[in-house]
Amino acid sequence: MAATTTKGSRKGTTSGLPDWGLLLGSVLVYLFLYAPIAVLIFFSFNSTRSTQVWTGFSFEWYGQLLSDPTILQAFRTSLTVGVFATLIATVIGTMTALALSRHRFRGQTAADTAIYAATVMPEIVVGVSLLVFFVAVGFELGITTIVIAHVAFTISFVTIVVRARLAGMDRSVEEAAQDLGASPVQTFFRVTLPLILPGVMAGGLLAFTLSFDDFVITYFVSGVGSSTLPLKIYSMIKFGVSPVINALSTVVLVATLFLIFGGSRLLVRKENA
Amino acid sequence: MKRISRGRFLRTMGAAGVAGSTLSVLACQPNTSAQSGGGGGGPEEKALNFYNWADYVAESTVPDFEKQTGIKVTQDFFSSNEDLLAKLQAGGTGYDVIVPSDYMVAIMIKSDVVQKLDMAQIPNSKNVGKEYKGLSYDPNNEYSLPYQWGTTGILYNKKEIGQLPESWDPLWDTEFEGEMSMLNDTRETLGAALYKLGYSVNATDQGQLEEAKAELKKQNPLLRGYFDSTEARPLVQNGDLLLGHVFSGDAFLALSENEDLDYVIPKPAATRWTDNMCIPNGAEHPQNAHKFINYILDAEVGAELSNYTYYATPNEAALPMIDDALKKLPTYSPTQEQFERLQVIEDTGEVTREYERIFTEVKSS
Amino acid sequence: MRERVAKGWSAGLAALLAPVTLWLGLFFLIPLLIILVYSFGTSGIYGGITLGFNPGNYLKVFDPLYLEIIVRSFGIAALTTLICFLLGYPLAYFIVFKGRRWRNALILLVMVPFWTSLLIRAYAWVVILGGNGIANKTLQFLGITDGPVNLIFTPEAVLMGMTYSYLPFMVLPLYAALEKFDVRLKEAGKDLGASRWQTFVRVTFPLSLPGVIAGSILVFIPSAGEFVIPDLLGGSQTVMTGNLIQNQFLQSRDWAFGSALSVLLAVLLLGAIMFYVRRIGSDKLEGV
Repeated sequence: MAATTTKGSRKGTTSGLPDWGLLLGSVLVYLFLYAPIAVLIFFSFNSTRSTQVWTGFSFEWYGQLLSDPTILQAFRTSLTVGVFATLIATVIGTMTALALSRHRFRGQTAADTAIYAATVMPEIVVGVSLLVFFVAVGFELGITTIVIAHVAFTISFVTIVVRARLAGMDRSVEEAAQDLGASPVQTFFRVTLPLILPGVMAGGLLAFTLSFDDFVITYFVSGVGSSTLPLKIYSMIKFGVSPVINALSTVVLVATLFLIFGGSRLLVRKENA
Repeated sequence: MKRISRGRFLRTMGAAGVAGSTLSVLACQPNTSAQSGGGGGGPEEKALNFYNWADYVAESTVPDFEKQTGIKVTQDFFSSNEDLLAKLQAGGTGYDVIVPSDYMVAIMIKSDVVQKLDMAQIPNSKNVGKEYKGLSYDPNNEYSLPYQWGTTGILYNKKEIGQLPESWDPLWDTEFEGEMSMLNDTRETLGAALYKLGYSVNATDQGQLEEAKAELKKQNPLLRGYFDSTEARPLVQNGDLLLGHVFSGDAFLALSENEDLDYVIPKPAATRWTDNMCIPNGAEHPQNAHKFINYILDAEVGAELSNYTYYATPNEAALPMIDDALKKLPTYSPTQEQFERLQVIEDTGEVTREYERIFTEVKSS
Repeated sequence: MRERVAKGWSAGLAALLAPVTLWLGLFFLIPLLIILVYSFGTSGIYGGITLGFNPGNYLKVFDPLYLEIIVRSFGIAALTTLICFLLGYPLAYFIVFKGRRWRNALILLVMVPFWTSLLIRAYAWVVILGGNGIANKTLQFLGITDGPVNLIFTPEAVLMGMTYSYLPFMVLPLYAALEKFDVRLKEAGKDLGASRWQTFVRVTFPLSLPGVIAGSILVFIPSAGEFVIPDLLGGSQTVMTGNLIQNQFLQSRDWAFGSALSVLLAVLLLGAIMFYVRRIGSDKLEGV
């Protein structure tokens, strides 16, 4: 029997890499991700309109958050667009991933290429051409056009992520279900979907993130009164982004973290037996 | 090949059909935009769509207008003149008042994107100072009226390097290597080189442009980078930079927070720029648009605006009500001599692409 | 035993593909055709396009200045992808295998920073890496440097910013791919006497390859078209293809050339993907 070399205890070893190294590395990456977050929270309490030069402590920007209706309106719009676009893109993207992963058919290469192609066009080109298209067919610009555009450019991302989940997936449970007489639809909803849900959620998470912070495409296809948060923020470049945005971001962050840890009962997986 | 039951097939197709028809219903929304304005016609609904830079109005500007007139204002934001033009050209309509800069007004007039103003509906236009009217981009103010104006110059740390001469040379001084910045703006930065050489900011002569390119290439290694004015300002305030090429509003903001800094408008020439209010073709509420423009040009409203934005007002009647702290700042109200140094950036037509190529080449080097 | 993969067309397949065909057909293909048509048009001086057949726009691309920019962009995109992989794989691995019950929370935590605007996070990096920022102060404190060093507005800062921006695009697909991993397979490997490292190299990693491919693609493509980071963190000194294309549509108002550049970029990227996928073997994409 070949000698085994292990670092650390054997108990609970389900990994192939040293535990402490992974933990340290991961913590460092999280620090990397959150370093600018710490800074931006810090500056949300700045006493002057600078997000880079500290002058003193103040709650002014949190106050302004409440008194400036355009910011909260923009946030609401971004959230609405994000939720709708994510739902639609995730459903369609998952369906597409299933189709491409589990079937061999003529035209498959074309379909594959089309999915990748939808990710390679630069944003400004997608934005301008969609605007031209919408205007040509008389589609009124507004939240609907933004959602449509967002779905269009995120479907492929969802598809690609979910395909990574589906690839090499153990189908034995699904096959067992079908052997026991479940219809394809039943099998999908009762067996397949729960199994691939984390992958689908990962795709949805990506879609939402892409949608929420999108600027260029949204700029071109938005109509009157449908300004999203990025539109407002990027427009602030001319005069300097006010710490109001930092204040809003801090509030959103804190609320989200609250939800994540507060709702941990829903999020924490039950240990498999 | 899996076979599915007929029922399932029909249901799935039905779902697809529902999705498809939803889409077509959405597509058939009434097209209420792109109707010609004209200023005449029946009473308009009490709404106004204002397309502006973000944070370019004081807190009370819009709410006060809404209270006074009962007109509901929707504010949307664009982030550059070019973005604005591209969107309007690609068909994005629905806006009643837009705020383009000088050279963009000229372009919009030439490409028939904006409509003529009816001065009879804007009595407050008499408040505009004569230096701010009749500028080259709209000689008779048929299409635009000024909103805010400013200059482009050098913000620098007087404490560290002493009083600078009123010249562009310091930005080419090797002594300040790595501690200077220029604007990430083709016309302004190429303009600085042209000014330094004694040429016009609107030069189209190939030879002059080549000289300017050489100057910029010489300067490139000395710079920390090409920034937006709002990015350069905190860097000078922080001490990361000693000199920054900035717009006057940012300079005034920095000066009012930090006494060690100073701002100069260099000789022999520098830029003055003006942001203006225009009404695009196809505006749905042109009468309200005129009301709004008139409102902005009111003396008190103008003063409130400039006291908030830190940019200078073209509104002579508003001048007395500007905060003293602002009025005291260097070049806030330029002298006659300083005024004569200022040039207006104009549209350069085809040569614009040559300018852009030069700037790309310089940045890439 | 049923086949794993269904061959040929069926109503089920058609139903699955209907929505995406409709959506992308209408809202991607048609706009793409518009751009293709534009790329052969002639730009008006003030923007807008006169349609026609003008292949000159494509010839303009062969300008050494533009070619240099394209090559540089691809180089930066490739480096970004590599670094994202090196940082992202251990993180995804950790979340899936060490995170256990906290997996969902941990993966959400990765994404949460990206729900704040990239703009303010970039400004925050300028503060962190500035002359008087934490990074410099730490370096001096540790004695590694004597005075402030230029950490920001350099090509390295651009690379860091790109990595920062696209890390989730690598982590999410990796997470998705690793998440399905059957723990029993690894334990089987160990029972058969393989070391932890061997188990990883021979079992875990190959099975996660679809995720690696997906992540690489999802990082590489948008990186090549990036234009915000080079300006904000690089002092606009690193000109990338994204900047070039933006410039053509906005400042230069040369829609035709901008369209041609975009088509070219898209074709290059698509070619790169197809080559990459074929090289790894498309069967790996399915993990069959």
